[in-house]
Amino acid sequence: MKELDIEALVDNLDKVMEFVDAELEDANCPMKIQMQIDLAVEEIFVNIANYAYDPETGPATVRVEVDPDGSAVRITFIDHGVPYDPLAKSDPDITQAADERQIGGLGIFLVKKTMDDIRYEYVNGSNILTLKKNL
Amino acid sequence: MEINKTTGNGRLTLAITGRIDTKTAPELEKCLNESLDGISKLCFDLEKTEYISSAGLRVLLMAQKTMNKQGDMKVRNVSDDIMEIFEVTGFSDILSIV
Repeated sequence: MKELDIEALVDNLDKVMEFVDAELEDANCPMKIQMQIDLAVEEIFVNIANYAYDPETGPATVRVEVDPDGSAVRITFIDHGVPYDPLAKSDPDITQAADERQIGGLGIFLVKKTMDDIRYEYVNGSNILTLKKNL
Repeated sequence: MEINKTTGNGRLTLAITGRIDTKTAPELEKCLNESLDGISKLCFDLEKTEYISSAGLRVLLMAQKTMNKQGDMKVRNVSDDIMEIFEVTGFSDILSIV
């Protein structure tokens, strides 16, 4: 298990990506899965950076755990901002034509579609979101 | 991300190299805002695009909405990985992927 403590700023996205990608490379994660995980990490971290402490900033922890048998990876995001359950948001209607489609709102939907499991808890003032992806 | 622009005769092709993510998508949006006047045919060449996140999808959707009013838009050289993102989000039905 590895952890990164970092200020939740969009400018720190590259550092978060580098940290996660290094762990995934160590786990011999296939490129396609790495890209799906990158997408999910970007969506979740940027959400925390934009909303958790708005208008202030605050800390976030990103934890990467690879199952001992190498069959799955779990990525956990912890922040101490306002309670926010991204899973509570309803999915966008992806069957609409371009002119009717809302700009935005796709991020969490992509995460739900590409990850194998997502769990959210609010414990002792912390948002804890865990993504699981099978390798 | 690098954007290579080729234009002439009301056509504009944007070849994008690298990653279209939260940090780079605003640059692509700005480029489109400055370039779409008088364009009737817009083409995105994604041959060298490695990654696109929802921030990039948002810009493609904006471009598609603009081009629906003034011409047409095509997306070409889409990799299998990016195609999967388009499929999951329903973008494969919205965009003309050639």
